[in-house]
Amino acid sequence: MAPRIMPSEITAPDVYCDRRAFLAGALATSAAAALGRASAAVLPAPAGAPLAYTDDAAESVAALVHAPDQNETPNTWHQITHYNNYYEFGTRKTDPARYAGRLQTRPWSVTVDGEARRTGTFALEDFLKPYALEERIYRFRCVEAWSMVIPWVGIPLATMLKRFEPTSRAKYVAFESLYRPSQMRGQRVPILQWPYREGLRIDEAMNPLAFMVVGLYGRVLPNQNGAPLRLIVPWKYGFKGIKAIVRITFTETQPPTTWNQARPDYYGFYANVNPDVPTPGWSQRTEVRIGNPFFHQRQATLMFNGYGAEVAYLYKGMNLRKYF
Amino acid sequence: MTAPPSPAARPFLGLTVERRYRLVYKPVVFLASLAPLAWMVCGLFGWFGCSDGVDPVKFLELRCGKTALNFIMLTLLVTPVREIARLPHLVRLRRMLGLFAFFYVLLHFTVYAVLDLDLNWRMVGADIVKRPYITVGFSALVLLIPLAVTSTNGMMRRLGKRWRRLHRLIYLIAALGVWHFYWEEKIDERTPLQYAAVLALLLGYRLARTQRVRVRIAALLRPLRSRLERRKVLACDAQRPP
Repeated sequence: MAPRIMPSEITAPDVYCDRRAFLAGALATSAAAALGRASAAVLPAPAGAPLAYTDDAAESVAALVHAPDQNETPNTWHQITHYNNYYEFGTRKTDPARYAGRLQTRPWSVTVDGEARRTGTFALEDFLKPYALEERIYRFRCVEAWSMVIPWVGIPLATMLKRFEPTSRAKYVAFESLYRPSQMRGQRVPILQWPYREGLRIDEAMNPLAFMVVGLYGRVLPNQNGAPLRLIVPWKYGFKGIKAIVRITFTETQPPTTWNQARPDYYGFYANVNPDVPTPGWSQRTEVRIGNPFFHQRQATLMFNGYGAEVAYLYKGMNLRKYF
Repeated sequence: MTAPPSPAARPFLGLTVERRYRLVYKPVVFLASLAPLAWMVCGLFGWFGCSDGVDPVKFLELRCGKTALNFIMLTLLVTPVREIARLPHLVRLRRMLGLFAFFYVLLHFTVYAVLDLDLNWRMVGADIVKRPYITVGFSALVLLIPLAVTSTNGMMRRLGKRWRRLHRLIYLIAALGVWHFYWEEKIDERTPLQYAAVLALLLGYRLARTQRVRVRIAALLRPLRSRLERRKVLACDAQRPP
């Protein structure tokens, strides 16, 4: 059995709310302070270590989680790190927390290839160095009809991708996860086609909400949440948020994606959160917000997970029942 | 004519078989059958270091469903065990196991309707009608009701021969339960398939035992056996010097 997390280990809300002061202290003692507000995104090695980042941007995006009549309190560290779908480590929600510790995330390299002018393989540290980290609190909606509110730390995907100068032929961007069955025990079972693959249309990828994540609650991302680098597309179902990314490819045609290949009737390429389009096995009209009290588990699911104002233009004129 | 004494007939604690079941085996099985429930309740309140995890409702729902299936399998295991191990009295435990199966099925449905769907009956109704795997699971629950109702001694006496016929419904119920589990699974169907394999063994045992099937199996094997024997003879002929 995995060791139980003591209440003292969970980030207390007051500490969390006071994170500016906490981070200021951390920054003052770190070399990153020399870089001023836009501290470079250099990751300290151990997962869970404090990250240096500015949360000025958090102010502007904090409003993104506000929806009337909904519980929008961020979930606890324990909830976010002990309830994961990450089949590379097993199919139970508790498997990733139990087995992801075996994954070595250093050294790590990311390959960028395809329809872009600047391609190549980069060490993770070099890959992240040019960017400033920011915090974003997003709703997270799983296709299994449960949801959380999560304070991620990362880099806007658009900022990251633009540096590689995609050409006009880059209509899509494809992502690929690490394949390392020796450390990812779930990959020894052919439940899905490994490695995990995901993709976005280039205009989706360039939307300001798409986010490349390296941290959680101001700390280095734990392995079970997709360390060292994962995608978050908050208006889409969680399975679009590919974890442990090792390759980013700009393509002209729509790339194959893992869950869509496994069950095309259940999981589409777009996978936008949409209460009006049920998955054949279950309704998407409501969701269980993890942490809600008994008898009030469920709340209404919002179109595009509540981010319609920011993303609906991407799908103007598209039949979202067909392109689900 | 004296049959060899069944192990159950040997004296134990100086009690007759009847009293042994009433005073020892039944209370032990009863308490053991409550253990899964106790575990779930402890987890709910965090007692003794137990935990139902981050999504306790889903945990309880799945746990109750699986426990119900386990009890259905146990009731089906009684007949093979009592025949193979020559423990005829074991049948005295079967009613309790069956009723516990019904108890956990009810609990499974209650958690689903009350806690998972917040007692939204419109959603429950829509699920039962629209989602085939829930239709299948709910049918199993409904079919279990007559079996639970007719489980008393009085009912057994009143129904006579028809009781056995009615209670053969458990074969169908077990199949529906496993089917419900299989359909509910998103992608990783290993566990439901394990249940299906166990059920196939339990039902296969009953099928192989019936006289008609035995005759048929023997008939199927006969040409095979004679061909094998002929081949043996030919092989012997070939070895014989001319």
